[in-house]
Amino acid sequence: MASARPVLEAPEISRVLTRIAHEVLERNRGADDLVLLGIPTRGTHLARRVAERLVAAEPGAGPLEQLVGSLDVTMHRDDLRRNPVRALGRTSLPPGGVDDCVVVLVDDVLFSGRTVRAALDALSDLGRPRAVRLAVLVDRGHRQLPIRADHVGKNLPTAAEESVRVMLEEVDGRDAVLISGPDDAPEPAPEPAREQAPGAADEEGAR
Amino acid sequence: MSTTDTPAPTGAAGDGAVPPVLVRRARLLGGEETDLLLAGGRVARTGPGGSLEAPDGARVVEAAGLVALPGLVDLHTHLREPGREDAETVRTGSRAAALGGFTAVHAMANTDPVADTAGVVEQVWRLGREVGLVDVRPVGAVTVGLAGERLAELGAMATSAARVRVFSDDGRCVHDPVLMRRALEYVRSVDGVVAQHAQDPRLTEGAQMHEGVVSSVLGLRGWPAVAEEAVIARDVLLADHVGSRLHVCHVSTAGSVEILRWAKARGVDVTAEVTPHHLLLTDELVRGYDPVYKVNPPLRTRADVEALREAVADGTVDVVATDHAPHPVEDKDCEWAAAAMGMTGLETALSVVQEALVETGLLGWADVARVLSSAPARIGRLEDHGRPLAEGEPAHLVLVDPAARRPVTPEQHATQGRNSPYRGMELPGRVVATVLRGRPVVLDGALVGDEPAGAPGAS
Amino acid sequence: MRHLLSAADLSREDALELLDVAEEMAATQAREIKKLPTLRGRTVVNLFFEDSTRTRISFEAAAKRLSADVITFSAKGSSVSKGESLKDTALTLQAMGADAVVLRHSASGAAHRLAHAGWSGVGVLNAGDGTHEHPTQALLDAFTLRRRLAERAGGDPARVLEGARVAVVGDVLHSRVARSNVLLLETLGADVVLVAPPTLLPVGVGTWPCRTSWDLDAVLPDVDAVMVLRVQRERMGGGGFFPSAQEYTRRFGLDGRRLRLLPDHALVMHPGPMNRGLEISAEAADSPRSTIVEQVANGVAVRMAALYLLLAGEDAA
Repeated sequence: MASARPVLEAPEISRVLTRIAHEVLERNRGADDLVLLGIPTRGTHLARRVAERLVAAEPGAGPLEQLVGSLDVTMHRDDLRRNPVRALGRTSLPPGGVDDCVVVLVDDVLFSGRTVRAALDALSDLGRPRAVRLAVLVDRGHRQLPIRADHVGKNLPTAAEESVRVMLEEVDGRDAVLISGPDDAPEPAPEPAREQAPGAADEEGAR
Repeated sequence: MSTTDTPAPTGAAGDGAVPPVLVRRARLLGGEETDLLLAGGRVARTGPGGSLEAPDGARVVEAAGLVALPGLVDLHTHLREPGREDAETVRTGSRAAALGGFTAVHAMANTDPVADTAGVVEQVWRLGREVGLVDVRPVGAVTVGLAGERLAELGAMATSAARVRVFSDDGRCVHDPVLMRRALEYVRSVDGVVAQHAQDPRLTEGAQMHEGVVSSVLGLRGWPAVAEEAVIARDVLLADHVGSRLHVCHVSTAGSVEILRWAKARGVDVTAEVTPHHLLLTDELVRGYDPVYKVNPPLRTRADVEALREAVADGTVDVVATDHAPHPVEDKDCEWAAAAMGMTGLETALSVVQEALVETGLLGWADVARVLSSAPARIGRLEDHGRPLAEGEPAHLVLVDPAARRPVTPEQHATQGRNSPYRGMELPGRVVATVLRGRPVVLDGALVGDEPAGAPGAS
Repeated sequence: MRHLLSAADLSREDALELLDVAEEMAATQAREIKKLPTLRGRTVVNLFFEDSTRTRISFEAAAKRLSADVITFSAKGSSVSKGESLKDTALTLQAMGADAVVLRHSASGAAHRLAHAGWSGVGVLNAGDGTHEHPTQALLDAFTLRRRLAERAGGDPARVLEGARVAVVGDVLHSRVARSNVLLLETLGADVVLVAPPTLLPVGVGTWPCRTSWDLDAVLPDVDAVMVLRVQRERMGGGGFFPSAQEYTRRFGLDGRRLRLLPDHALVMHPGPMNRGLEISAEAADSPRSTIVEQVANGVAVRMAALYLLLAGEDAA
């Protein structure tokens, strides 16, 4: 993938996540009633990293297990019939659940907005949060639904045919955000990845 | 093969108007090239290949490369008429038989009404005569209505126009040992034979397939080999005791072969048949639950198939008989347990025998003539069939192209049944011509008088 | 996954994926809102040619929890009872736009036939065919077993069943549950022993991937779970598979005494419905080590997983 061009490397990703953690704290005026739910696969790891930073920055926050969870949206997706059947990710909520909490959904890339739409539906089956916010590492535009992020690591103007790929240490062995043109051969993904066709109703290039 | 002259009309029972036929350069029983002049329903002359001149008005059949055998005789055919004309009729079954190289078939008694009276057997016999493609020899039921309770009027059937000599409750076993004994004794007076369907009914209640490894996995009720073997063992002892002839239908297990071998060595007057499908197919085919493989007796194991082939080769099993059992599509296009048992076989029998016995080196063509013609004719007391192709003998013969290979397409068969288990298989051999009493009924692999398949325009 | 006809169709990876998906499904069933939109717009037909309220309800619940439209067709007792009607029913269902058929039938191989006879293109889920197989029952048994054994020992869920020792006791000859369990447990690495009187073990069982025994007392001390099969009373007497209910219970029934022969952690399983007092005593059925009620609950999650894997993906061409 010679022409896949890095737009964020490990140190920037780290800085961005720290900033998002601070923004979330500031917006929420502290860590009270705060729950971070990552959307599997990479959103889960990002949520955990943000939560770690949050605990470090806010002495009153924590423990981590009460602050962070994961929310699989597969069963709420509207594109199931367009793709081969996929394994389910994990959904795990903090012990206190989400009722009356401020839930911050965390994902790697915001694209069409359909994953977030599915996440909002999935969330409403789990309880009734006081408010729901959205944090993403990259917003690449091309929304198909009226959805916007509250916290954005990096706004990345892209062409619709381009593909954005987030790699994380926990899954991919390194931290990076790569962008590649439509002509680039896709790099084999380390785990089952959904190839992103131009205009695909999907946020991530790979999970 | 090519022929000259115009085809004679089919369907005529009379033989008087048949012009002479000269078969040129046929390999007699697979041996030397021979010319055969057929006239007056008999083999008039034979001579070395190319030596005979065609008389005026004779049809010449060029048979170079073809094997000539005496017309085949099937000891076990289900023609379904009367009663199940949706499955087969004497007419469609006769067509299938002729195309398969048969000049005589024994029509089993399990019709509706059952062929257990002189009236029914004469009806079947007469239908066969009207069609005129093969000699249809009815089999009479042993017991009234195949119910296994009391003897049918065997004598009346024997002395009827149908001249029944083979009696069988096929499809059911004559299970009552006393009744079986009486039947064996009684048929001696008409020079008949009881053809036993050896199947212990209690051991096979609800049975669906051979009992063994495959049935255990498929959860289909097992049909133990012993259910066949135990009846054969009893019957050979009974036949020995009363000094009667016994014929055992569709032997299917290695154990049955062992019992027969023992009985023959002991001098019991027993003969036995095996079907083509039991010489080729095994119970492994059932794994897909396709009822086309559902048959009675069931397909057995590879070891049984091997034992049966050897038994035919060494004469322990005397005859290959088709047990041709056509069924309408709906009786097979369903789940296994609901499906009817049986397979078609008339049009594939010779090919299967070639595949299983000739190409494996177990049988020569002379042996094929024995197991498919002379032995079944002798058992059925058909004096006019199964004779050598020699001067003065009846002119029933079949010409086979042993070099041909073709896939089996049941839709192209003349039988009404589409339930051929060989669908899609490529089998060797092709029946090119069948001659009944000097009259060609099949030429170029098609019934004489039929338009060739796909030929443009009918005249 | 196009059809689920036999436990033998599942590779180790397939089976583990299904069990993992079932875990997620089970988690959703602990919530207040149990319904998921996943199969919205899909039609599942429950086609039951044989009575089985439990299995039918379980599949019905599973399909409904995934928002599929469910049509239940109980053919038992109606004019359709044999033969060609299976084909005609299949054609009807196809015409009605069914996406999947859950088939229960008294004929072994009926599901296989429905899937492969070329009658229709719908996905087929075998909910029990004659004395052949009942793969979702085996999956829910494995699910239950895996959960319970993992609670005790922990470890990689993919390997919990490796080396697990399971006794399957009773009418193996006529049991579709036994056949599916032997195949699936073998796939997952468990060690299965079948315990039954010789009359209730099929000829050919020696080639199955398991051991057999006629001595329940000798087997019990060495197992992690004992799976008791239903014994049908009509197999006695004229059928003659065993002399009497009393003798069966004495030799093969799981009673209090035998319960105490089991290791402390060992589980008692039964696919239901039970003949209390015949193959299992009340003491065994109601003991804390019994998973019988749990099996029923897990059945819904496992069937949700099966329906999900069968139906959630892209439309079959």
